Amino acid sequence: MSHVARGRGRAGFIAGFLVLPLALYLTFVIWPYIQTFGYSFTNWSGQSPTFDFVGWENYAALMEDEVFRGALWHNLLLLVFVPATTILLALFFAFMVNAGGRSGAGGVRGVRGSSFYKIVYFFPQVLSLAILAVLFGAVYRSDEGGLLNGLLIRLGLVDAGRPVEWLNDPDLVLWCLLLVVVWHGVGFYLVLFSAAMQSVPKDVYEAALLDGAGRAQTFFRVTLPLLWDSVQTSAVYLGIAAMDMFVLVSTMTSGQFGGGPDHHSEVMATVLMRNFLYFGKSGYACAMGVVMLVLTMVLSVVVLRATRRDRIEF
Amino acid sequence: MGSTGEGGLGRRDLIKRSAALGLITTPAMGFLSACASGGEAATNGPGKAAVTKENPFGVAKGGKLDVVVFKGGFGDDYAKAWEAAFDKKWGTTSSHLGTQEIAAKLQPRFNGGNPPDVVDDAGAQAIKIDVLAKGGQLADLTPVLDAPSIDDPARKVRDLLIPGTVEQGTQGGKFVALNYVYTVFGFWYSGKLFKEKGWTEPKTWDQFLDVCTKARDAGIGGLAHQGKYPYYINVVIMDLIAKKGGLDAVKAIDNLESNAFADNPAALAAVEAVYEVVEKGLLMAGTNGLTHTESQTAWNQYKAAFIPSGSWLENEQLKQTPEDFDMKFLPVPLLPDSKLPFEAIRAGAGEPFIVPEKAANKPAGLEFLRSMLSREWSTVFAQQANSLTVLKDGVDPGVSLRPGTRSAVAAVKAAGTHTFQYLYPDWYSEMDTEIQNASNELMAKRIQPKEWIKRAQAAVDKAAKDPNAKNNRRS
Repeated sequence: MSHVARGRGRAGFIAGFLVLPLALYLTFVIWPYIQTFGYSFTNWSGQSPTFDFVGWENYAALMEDEVFRGALWHNLLLLVFVPATTILLALFFAFMVNAGGRSGAGGVRGVRGSSFYKIVYFFPQVLSLAILAVLFGAVYRSDEGGLLNGLLIRLGLVDAGRPVEWLNDPDLVLWCLLLVVVWHGVGFYLVLFSAAMQSVPKDVYEAALLDGAGRAQTFFRVTLPLLWDSVQTSAVYLGIAAMDMFVLVSTMTSGQFGGGPDHHSEVMATVLMRNFLYFGKSGYACAMGVVMLVLTMVLSVVVLRATRRDRIEF
Repeated sequence: MGSTGEGGLGRRDLIKRSAALGLITTPAMGFLSACASGGEAATNGPGKAAVTKENPFGVAKGGKLDVVVFKGGFGDDYAKAWEAAFDKKWGTTSSHLGTQEIAAKLQPRFNGGNPPDVVDDAGAQAIKIDVLAKGGQLADLTPVLDAPSIDDPARKVRDLLIPGTVEQGTQGGKFVALNYVYTVFGFWYSGKLFKEKGWTEPKTWDQFLDVCTKARDAGIGGLAHQGKYPYYINVVIMDLIAKKGGLDAVKAIDNLESNAFADNPAALAAVEAVYEVVEKGLLMAGTNGLTHTESQTAWNQYKAAFIPSGSWLENEQLKQTPEDFDMKFLPVPLLPDSKLPFEAIRAGAGEPFIVPEKAANKPAGLEFLRSMLSREWSTVFAQQANSLTVLKDGVDPGVSLRPGTRSAVAAVKAAGTHTFQYLYPDWYSEMDTEIQNASNELMAKRIQPKEWIKRAQAAVDKAAKDPNAKNNRRS
């Protein structure tokens, strides 16, 4: 067999493997995107196959839409706080359970009981978002039956006649939701970072310890640089989660598909769904979807670019 | 989109299956694909039989019947019983789906042109009737109104309905939704609690505030409301407006007039009256953030004197209501110089049943609706769902009603012709949502009554730009 023919044969062989997944990907991922893009130029109501082409009208209306702009702002706020808080906490805990223990004769280890903590930290990750919403609904409940209010009232910090309306308070609602996401995420990223830390050879730590590095120094000079890839990936994942937030906001806050009180917890996905399924403005909602897609893609690229560093081999 | 016939159907099935497999997981975008519109489906009905007096729509025997009902406060047992009866009479094979996710389940089917034959389009996730009607997806139900009734073929179905049913189900001048459940709106209280405390039923707003104050002094809340869903407190605000301003005030709002709320003394007085409850600290503690079940259950536990709701409340709270609670209905009390009497109530039809325009077996769908308006089926509903239907005297006297429903029936009798109904929530979803938001802010004391009026009027003015505003008019 000639060289060329062999090459062609191999290409065919590889293509044979790729055709099916590629076709599936095109049909179920790319095609809906294209469809959404197409619909975003129409006045499609979502309840009937007929619609008219309206050009850029939806996008122009989007610029004027205060609710959507507010939602965008909330998403950006979450985008800053969700990854930052989650990663910092996860890194801290991961470091403590893996390398934070007092250096004894056995070398590097976690704080006492670290294996137990690891399991406990992972618990929240096992719960689905729906369960989480119910759970934290009970925590944030606005009368004395709520966990937080009950506690605060018993401690005498809150008047029983005026309990804190956590999720009905414009200043608190977003932070209450943020706490849920962080609580949910920390465990998973702790385990992720733990795994990464464990792949760091012990002798690196031992060398650092011998040189007299304290915990903080070990963390910033050794652990963090060696974990950079994982941190970067986590930031992208958490960033995408912060751009979504649909399930929590729609189930926990007031309003059709959530977003209340008075749009103070609105995220883009809730505005999108309300327009899509409730107001019968699906074409408009598709335009929102396109904006979300573009933003999410820009975000991923920016994070990956901005945090690029030289890879440290070990 | 675009393709027709078998290809379209096949792909849609594939999309559904793959969605189930979790292939489409990209946030925010994935679900759009599941809802993307499909091609024209080949919907072959079972053909049409001859139209007779007994069979006014020409139902062919032995066809199929596809029914989707909202499985909410009324459950769906009643629908199963109906379907069994229908199958027996027409030899049909009916398929039944009881779900809370009406929109998610049905939207792809409406878009794909293969909707069910009968839909109970209700609940929080109902597809808005105004949106469906605008898209030409709803069959004209006027033939049902003009068909002979099952119980008395000499009379038309139309003549057996309580007043307002047709108006309520009309969109853009066409009768498209049969709102089946007769609902009255107002306050509810516990007869037992009132007896124990020696309180009497308030007839004026001052008396109402008085009872609330007494309740507060007795260590319980005055008014509870379903804070997470401001829909309910809007019932109180709107009823006060209607009673003080009369039917003209109601029509002004539904017809999106530029002075519906602004410069309307009745509206301002109503909002100020509700705000007085907030200002005087007569709300049940924490009620602003509670869901409907949470606040209703607290009310069932005697933690508040009053709660606003429709007459589905009793069935919804069956399990949480103490045996001796003695649930009672109270029309919204009067403000000074009201145009309507105390007995006047918001009453009307709810739970819209529709027949899609593209239903595969439209005759059977229409026949199903006609059968619903028979005494037999109406009684089944009253028994299974503890609620009245829009069929006049549609319940066999043998059926015993629970105390709340009984007091609601008494209130309906007392009201006589003094009933009213708002149509704007069905006509203008966005306006309704905006007013609800404003009410939520009002109850949380974050805005004042004047600001509420401003926001409500702004919502009305915005809705007036809706192209549908021309068609949706009432007189």
